[in-house]
Amino acid sequence: MILDGKCPTGPIETSWDRHRFESKLVNPSNKRKFKILCVGTGLAGGAAAASLGELGYQVEAFCYQDSARRAHSIAAQGGINAAKNYPNDGDSIYRLFYDTIKGGDFRAREADVWRLAQVSNNIIDQCVAQGVPFARDYSGYLDNRSFGGAQVSRTFYARGQTGQQLLLGAYAAFSRQVKAGTVKLYERREMLDLVVVDGVTRGITCRNMVTGEIESYWGDAVILATGGYVNVFYLSTNAMGCSVTAAWKAARKGAYMANPCYTQIHPTCIPQHGEHQSKLTLMSESLRNDGRCWVPKKAEDCENPAGEIAEDDRDYYLERKYPSFGNLAPRDIASRAAKEQCDDDRGVGPGKRGVYLDFADSINRLGEDTIRERYGNLFEMYEKITDEDGYKQPMRIYPAPHYAMGGLWVDYNCMSNVPGLFVLGEANFSVHGANRLGASALMQGLADGYFVIPYTIAGYLATVKPGEVTDEHPEFKKSAEAVKAELDKLLAVNGTKTPSEFHRELGKIMWENVGMARSDESLKEALKLIPALRDEFWKDVKVVGTNEQFNQELENAARLVDFFDFAEILTRDALNREESCGGHFRVEHQTDDGEAMRNDEDFCYVAAWEFKGTGVEPELHKEPLKFENIKLAVRSYK
Amino acid sequence: MKLKLHVWRQNGSNDKGRLETIDAPDVSPDQSFLEMLDDVNLVLARAGKDVIAFDHDCREGICGMCSQVINGVPHGGQERTTVCQLHMRQFNDGDEIFVEPWKARAFPVIKDLVVNRNGLEVIMQAGGYTSCHTGGVADGNALLIGKPVADYSMDAAECIGCGACVASCPNSSAMLFTGAKVAQLAVLPQGKVEAQKRVMAMTEAAKEFGFGNCTNHYECQASCPKGVDVKFIAKLNREYMKALVS
Repeated sequence: MILDGKCPTGPIETSWDRHRFESKLVNPSNKRKFKILCVGTGLAGGAAAASLGELGYQVEAFCYQDSARRAHSIAAQGGINAAKNYPNDGDSIYRLFYDTIKGGDFRAREADVWRLAQVSNNIIDQCVAQGVPFARDYSGYLDNRSFGGAQVSRTFYARGQTGQQLLLGAYAAFSRQVKAGTVKLYERREMLDLVVVDGVTRGITCRNMVTGEIESYWGDAVILATGGYVNVFYLSTNAMGCSVTAAWKAARKGAYMANPCYTQIHPTCIPQHGEHQSKLTLMSESLRNDGRCWVPKKAEDCENPAGEIAEDDRDYYLERKYPSFGNLAPRDIASRAAKEQCDDDRGVGPGKRGVYLDFADSINRLGEDTIRERYGNLFEMYEKITDEDGYKQPMRIYPAPHYAMGGLWVDYNCMSNVPGLFVLGEANFSVHGANRLGASALMQGLADGYFVIPYTIAGYLATVKPGEVTDEHPEFKKSAEAVKAELDKLLAVNGTKTPSEFHRELGKIMWENVGMARSDESLKEALKLIPALRDEFWKDVKVVGTNEQFNQELENAARLVDFFDFAEILTRDALNREESCGGHFRVEHQTDDGEAMRNDEDFCYVAAWEFKGTGVEPELHKEPLKFENIKLAVRSYK
Repeated sequence: MKLKLHVWRQNGSNDKGRLETIDAPDVSPDQSFLEMLDDVNLVLARAGKDVIAFDHDCREGICGMCSQVINGVPHGGQERTTVCQLHMRQFNDGDEIFVEPWKARAFPVIKDLVVNRNGLEVIMQAGGYTSCHTGGVADGNALLIGKPVADYSMDAAECIGCGACVASCPNSSAMLFTGAKVAQLAVLPQGKVEAQKRVMAMTEAAKEFGFGNCTNHYECQASCPKGVDVKFIAKLNREYMKALVS
């Protein structure tokens, strides 16, 4: 089937304004009759719940943590982009739009990206009004820094805690609505099913993570803002609780999963230290504003302390390969370059899987105090984890799974192919194409939550009768029973290996075969290994405890069930996409100097997969991408 | 390293709870405290025993989920460090370590080391915000905020809402938590408008929920993983007085 994103046609500059005008509205006194469920309370979900509550809808919000303030948006460090052009360096909505399309390697929809760039400026204003303490200069004006993939300074920041401050802003707005009674929060809930009646979204089924009770919730629309799926690699920069589960439950009920193979491997993470590690820690990309990446030129120097390697014997490989962007090359490119150096046996640190990020030049130029002021908390975090002082010796970094550009397929209204199901933020696929630029995730989450969904959801709600189907409908009971049956099945296996051991194994399969470099051979190998591991899991997993208690082992096992199915579809997508673009690198498709080689003739489309059952080949639906404003070009940062 | 853990085990808020001694026989100094607990849990799970429940999520010191009292000190006593960022190199081979949940009447235990921190939510909902709607706000640069003020506000905003301040306080006071939010907003022009209403509402909510008052022990600042300064409690008091007399 050919999918239609229902993007507005005509001049792109006015596309969002025209769409807003043409969308149906729900009149103020009718809004309170509609109930909206919002799963996830990060930047997208928290902002959406707050904004919809303010408008007068009844909102019920759900999160697996104990508070809406803890979603993983909180961990974003570096900043948020906006096209304000405050520094007078040539920025504009058009340039942000262009950079984002190019940064995504021409695999995102033009209209969606335009809208994102357009509302980016509103976001900064909104956050300032909420009291987000953005960095300011001495005159009192907002300060900006640079980020990868852009030649202008358009990133607003709050020390190294921008995500935290933006999330606390959204959480504050959210808390205000809880007080006002328009938003009700259900914390420590995990969504374990989407309830669909006659093809229309009607609610969700959750597990109460404290009591184990299976609960039904109905709504006239459901919003998923449940983040990304890179914990499929086990070790990633995501929080431990991040999973594909909510999105995958929707996929099981017919929602298409788009471009799952677009995964972002972030270049500046702290290298892995041992087998027992539970997660990888990101060091903000903003560090590349002042840090220089290098490895020794000669393999035999790699064991020596960095300080003993002469300047001439160092290879500042990003500056060498990409002179115009240098250390601020986009993430996919910087990550592959780091891997390339390590594959060439010139990596540093344990296992030689690391490169240096060196601040010596900047400290000489600006002084240690300035560097401390800019990145103090990052240096502190680095020292806690590695026991090394980044001011005295270069940091060691290595790429790690960080972000999912792919996600549930949505149209221009952020609605999936299942009517009434909306998907926001990282959970959808819409704006980042095959690679996301730094400081754009926060922008997208808040754009979707504050400034897109309040308009587009009205267009849908205006066409439905409020409360038409409630949790009295037999489909809710059926869903709850199915959820309970699957949990019972997991508890009954009583094998020998824990869920985390299986997760680690799945992660290893994915990282080795479907990681930074993918080949026909490795992908086919993964497609053999994943189902075999899944079969073993169902025969040998050991989940201790019962359902009727606080049970983290059961939570992990249930999430892993979805990761298995999802890992297979991710791999199939990577196998299908016979080209290299952005974060998806197929070794068969590269230029002589190792750059990604796109194939616009055959693959300029969104791949949306319809799940047909575990172990059954999914069906591919295509949405062709049209570029009417930006000319398709080879993406170069040289 | 070989360690002996004494871990608080409690099955729900009605259970009395007890310390259980569990060995951690093979600990790497590069592991975080939570990774050490993961390993202990792995052994327990393989043996079919109930694993130690503990809250955690981002494991990079920012989400505020982790909430353990280690050897009597919330987050374990390393300066400006959450439990997830506490590394085992801070301990010695043969150490005995006591691991307990946040202890405060306002934080009932859910299971083992997991507590219910809903009280902090109630304080935030009472007024921890500026009452601006989405949309229709002024340009970000329309309000000039001097760098020292922006920095002061940011210092206060560093709070991750973990509740260590409450857990470390002999009065179970949430005044550092409350003060940080009150101060962050009170110094900003966009927060000044509602400053008086806010401080009264948040203080009242904290009192009603059963959090105590500050008697200057400064334990909160010492245990705060973000180093939030007690000067924000002083600011809270000043704002409160201002509101009271106006």
